[in-house]
Amino acid sequence: MNAALPLAAAGYVDAQGRLLPARVRADFPILGREVHGRPLAYLDSAASAQQPRAVLDAVTRYGELHHANVHRGVHTLSQEATAAFEGARETVRRFINARSTREIVFTRGTTEAINLVAQAWGGTQLRAGDEVLVTQLEHHANIVPWQMACERAGARLVAVPLNAAGEVELDAFAACLGPRTRLVALAHVSNALGTVLPVKAMIGLARARGLPVLVDGAQAIAHQRVDVQALDCDFYAFSGHKVYGPTGIGVLYGREQQLAALPPWQGGGDMILTVAIERSTYNELPWKFEAGTPNISGAVGLAAALDYVEMLGRERIAAHEQHLLHTATAQLREVAGLTLVGTAADKAGVISFTLKGIHPHDIGTILDREGVAIRTGHHCAMPVMTWYGLSATARASFGCYNTEADIERLLVALDRVREVFA
Amino acid sequence: MEIRDLYRDVILDHNRSPRNFGRLEPADAEALGHNPLCGDSLDITLRLKDGKLEDLRFNGQGCAISVASASLMSEAVKGLAVPDVDALYHEVHALLTEPAHVPARPLGKLMALAGVHEFPARVKCASLCWHTLHAALAKPAGGAAMPTVSTE
Ligand SMILES: Cc1ncc(COP(=O)(O)O)c(C=O)c1O
Repeated sequence: MNAALPLAAAGYVDAQGRLLPARVRADFPILGREVHGRPLAYLDSAASAQQPRAVLDAVTRYGELHHANVHRGVHTLSQEATAAFEGARETVRRFINARSTREIVFTRGTTEAINLVAQAWGGTQLRAGDEVLVTQLEHHANIVPWQMACERAGARLVAVPLNAAGEVELDAFAACLGPRTRLVALAHVSNALGTVLPVKAMIGLARARGLPVLVDGAQAIAHQRVDVQALDCDFYAFSGHKVYGPTGIGVLYGREQQLAALPPWQGGGDMILTVAIERSTYNELPWKFEAGTPNISGAVGLAAALDYVEMLGRERIAAHEQHLLHTATAQLREVAGLTLVGTAADKAGVISFTLKGIHPHDIGTILDREGVAIRTGHHCAMPVMTWYGLSATARASFGCYNTEADIERLLVALDRVREVFA
Repeated sequence: MEIRDLYRDVILDHNRSPRNFGRLEPADAEALGHNPLCGDSLDITLRLKDGKLEDLRFNGQGCAISVASASLMSEAVKGLAVPDVDALYHEVHALLTEPAHVPARPLGKLMALAGVHEFPARVKCASLCWHTLHAALAKPAGGAAMPTVSTE
C-alpha cells in the first residue's frame, strides 16, 4: 500500500494507508495555539479552513523573492511573478481536470465567481419570463446574484424543494426543470446541512435539455475529488480559503465555449488587447475576465494549498473526514435534547444541530470559552433555515487535521453548555 | 472571565421566564429589531401616557442574552418618562461596552448585564432591544411604515 504513495506523503499515512492526523496537524501552526487557556479544537473548516505551513511559506517566499506586477514587465521579477501566477493557474487546472488554463479564471472567491456568471451570462442570455433554477439549500452567494440578474431581466428564480433529510431528490429536481428554465445553479455540497447533492445526475438531466449548469463547489473542493470534465458542468466555482489556502482568491472554471461566448464583466487593465477612446478590443481567455492587477500572492498560496491536498490525497482526506462524521454523528445522537439538522444519506463532514431550549449563539459562546470553535447562526443560508423552521443552528465541520480528540472536546463542551443552562 | 459572569442567575431566569413577553394591542408605537448576524428578531409594542412609557411588551426569538436583556429592559423602563429611557439606554450601552463602567445612576437588575462587555461578540445581542425601543419611541404609530432597526 505504502509503495503506491507519493514519497512526500509517506510520513502522513499508517500501514493501512489511512491519514495520520497527528502528523497532518504538525503542518498547521495555528492548531498549536490556545484559546481562553485551552488548546484550540477547530471545528469550523466549512467557514474557513486553516493554512498549512506550506501555504504560509509559499506566500512569504513569493513576497520576499519574486513579487512584482504580472503580465507587463520585461524585468526579471515581473517575469517571475507572471510565471508564479500562471503556474498557479496550471495547478488549478490539473486539480479540477479542466481541459485548458483558458478555462480557469481567478476571482476573489466563490461569491465573485458566481457574480461574474450571473452578470455576464444573465445580462446577455436572460429574458423576461425566463427562470433560473437553484435549490432550497443554497448559500446566499448562489441565490442573491441570480435574484439580481432575474430582477434586471424580469426573470424568475425558482428553488427545488428538499425532503425531510435535507436532500435534493432527482425527481423533485426534474419536476422543476420547465420550458422556461434557462440555467441551473447548484451547490455541490450544502454548507448548512452537509448534504452532498447528486450533481452528476442533475447536470446530466439539465444538459440533456441543453441547459447550462453552474456548480457552487465551495464546500466540495477540499473534501472530494472534483473533475469538471467528468461532471460535465459548464461552470464550477470555489474559494481558496475553504481548501487550506488564503482568503481573497478563488476560481471560476468555465467550459471554454461558454466563457468565449460571454462578454467581459469588469473593464480595466489586463483584460484588453487594445484601447482607443472609440472602442477597445478584449484580451483572450482567461484574462478577458481578469481586469486589474490580480491577487498574485493569493494565487501562489492557493496553488501551494492544492499541492498540499494532492500530497495528502483527496480520497484519503475524504475517508478520514467520513470516519469523523460517522463517529461524531453517532455520539451526538446520544446527547439529550440534541437534534441533528440535515440527515442526508450522503453527507460531507458538516454537522448542524440544535439543543432543546438553548439558542445556538449561547452554545457557540460557551464552546468558545472551552476552546472549541464552531459556527452558529444561519450560515448564510436563510432559505434552508426557513425550510426547517429555524433561525439558526450550531455547526461543527471537519478538515484533514481534525481528530477524534476534537470530537471528544466538542462533547465535553456540550455537557458544559447543558450544565450552565440546567 | 468565567462563563457564569455572562450567564448569571438573573440572566438565566429572565431567559427562562421572560417578563412582559407578547404584544400590546392596540399600541401607540411599535418597532422591529433585527440581528442579521444570527437572524434573530424582536418586536416591541408600547403605550405612552402623559409623556411616560406606560406599558410595553416584547416578542420574538433570540439567544439567552437578547431575551434576558429585553426582559430586564422591559421592567426597568416601565413608567419612566421618555427622556429618562434614553438616559438609561446610554448608561446600559456604557455598561455593555466599557470595562469596569461605574454607572452614574443605580441600574438595579440591569447590572446582571455587566459581564457582556467581556464577550464582544454578544454586545449586539444585549443592545438589540434598546435600539428597537429607541426606534419605537422616536416614531410613534400612525406615521409612516413601522421602523425597523438592525444591529449591523
Ligand atoms: C456553499 C457555499 N457557497 C458559497 C460560499 C461563499 O464563499 P466566499 O465567501 O469565499 O465567496 C460559501 C462560503 O461560506 C459556501 O459555503
